[in-house]
Amino acid sequence: MAVQDTGVGLVRAPPAPSARQLRSVRRLPVQKDWPMLAILAAQIGILVGLIALWQVAADRGWIDGFFWSKPSAIFATLIKFFTAGDAWTDIGFTFRSTIFGFLIGTTCGSLLGLSFWWSRNYAAIVQPYIICFEALPKLALAPLVILVFGLGLASKVAIATALTLIVSTLTTYAGVKAVDPDQEKLFYSLGASRFQVFRKLVVPHSLPWIISVLRVNIGLALTGAIVGEFIASQHGLGRQILYAGNTYDIALVWVAVLVLSTLAVIMYAAVSWLERILRKGIRQ
Amino acid sequence: MSVKLRLDQVGMTFRTPNGAFTALTPVTLSISPGRFVSLIGPSGCGKSTIFNIVAGLLEPTGGRVLIDGAEATGTIGRVGYMLQKDLLLPWRTVLDNVILGMEIQGVPLRQARQRALPLLQRYGLSGFEYLYPNALSGGMRQRAALLRTLLFDTDVILLDEPFGALDAQTKLQMQEWLLGLWADFGKTVVFVTHDIEEAIYLSDEVHVMATRPGRIVESMPVPIARPRERSATLTPEFMAIKQRCLALLMAGHDSSLGEAA
Repeated sequence: MAVQDTGVGLVRAPPAPSARQLRSVRRLPVQKDWPMLAILAAQIGILVGLIALWQVAADRGWIDGFFWSKPSAIFATLIKFFTAGDAWTDIGFTFRSTIFGFLIGTTCGSLLGLSFWWSRNYAAIVQPYIICFEALPKLALAPLVILVFGLGLASKVAIATALTLIVSTLTTYAGVKAVDPDQEKLFYSLGASRFQVFRKLVVPHSLPWIISVLRVNIGLALTGAIVGEFIASQHGLGRQILYAGNTYDIALVWVAVLVLSTLAVIMYAAVSWLERILRKGIRQ
Repeated sequence: MSVKLRLDQVGMTFRTPNGAFTALTPVTLSISPGRFVSLIGPSGCGKSTIFNIVAGLLEPTGGRVLIDGAEATGTIGRVGYMLQKDLLLPWRTVLDNVILGMEIQGVPLRQARQRALPLLQRYGLSGFEYLYPNALSGGMRQRAALLRTLLFDTDVILLDEPFGALDAQTKLQMQEWLLGLWADFGKTVVFVTHDIEEAIYLSDEVHVMATRPGRIVESMPVPIARPRERSATLTPEFMAIKQRCLALLMAGHDSSLGEAA
């Protein structure tokens, strides 16, 4: 503590607030995790609450039940959708367009991306086309695709393929370009042929990139299939949604959206599982 | 005395927008079988250029490379080349990394693994055979990379600063390990390093290089009997060689400074 000589005697100077005194000291904030069950209960509670609120709001006339529909009507339509209509035909149709588009787009895109490794000249020539196609909103081409490929499955698959292809190509090519030139040098110093470098270095190195696109692509493929059905189709969940909307059957719109979401979640989960298996396979 | 590796007036000139750039003035070098030879010099003196040319990864603009008297200029797969980085493939186990050279040469996988396993165990990688490289320390990774080079089974191996990134202690261990390996396999080794003491301690001859243009300025034998004790680095003859190397390297340094000024 500072001491001043005033001549009269030793007087203590008033203590100035130092940084030390101003410093606030508190316990480390700790966040406690709830048990899994509590989290799950909260999640279900919110869902039930929202549905109940919707129902009450529609019954009491707070919202227009005609445009918003209501949970009880949607549930009734859902039962009818699965018992009376050809629900499984529609689901199967959308599922097939999505899966085919996903498989064709991802496979061709990955192969295209890998093929750029073989020739820098070829890659340089093709590059602008790829970028153009990537920038182009592919869905704008959908009406044309329907005209060319017809009303059936083929046109939906084509749109889904168009959406997934370029993403795979560009991502795979990014993986190919990330191959360490020194690694290539090592392979060549061991007397490797180009094919050996491709098979033993470029492909395994690019695999994580290829896999990382799978989850994105399943969503894109589904979007492509639905948009194709919106434009012109005789089957599919997209057609159901459009048809129900046009006939003001709002409950049916909700039912189709619900089924579509379930389908999307299932496919997403399947692809995530596939991704985990593949990642374990390459162990990185 | 027979010659294992011979560089005959090997030179390298790159064309740049600012005119020709001489990376390496013609170098002539003869290395007898089983010798351990080091190249030391500042960066940009053409050490890596020499290695790339000998490994066949770079076509020299002049001169020839001869291995066992046979023309080897611009052909790959004749010498083992270990680059500065270990370059182990992360998706392969240590064992499968080590057999890469044999695999590329067409040795069946099972046979290659059978040949590699005892060597891994003998040379300090036992217990690591089936691990992936990311589980290994820097020294262990370097061992695996070196064994990969050895198992490629060429008479000549080129080591480009293999211990450059290791800590001092590990480096000393690895030097002993390398000498043991060299004694067992009897390979002809060309070794690049920045570490003068490492070069002298390991080598039968040391070639000091200089930059602008890249060239060998002096070659000196290391007449110290093998096997060498670590204490050999403290003897007057070792010191004399070290002194000479330092003087040469410093001279090169000063002249390049003068050039820049």
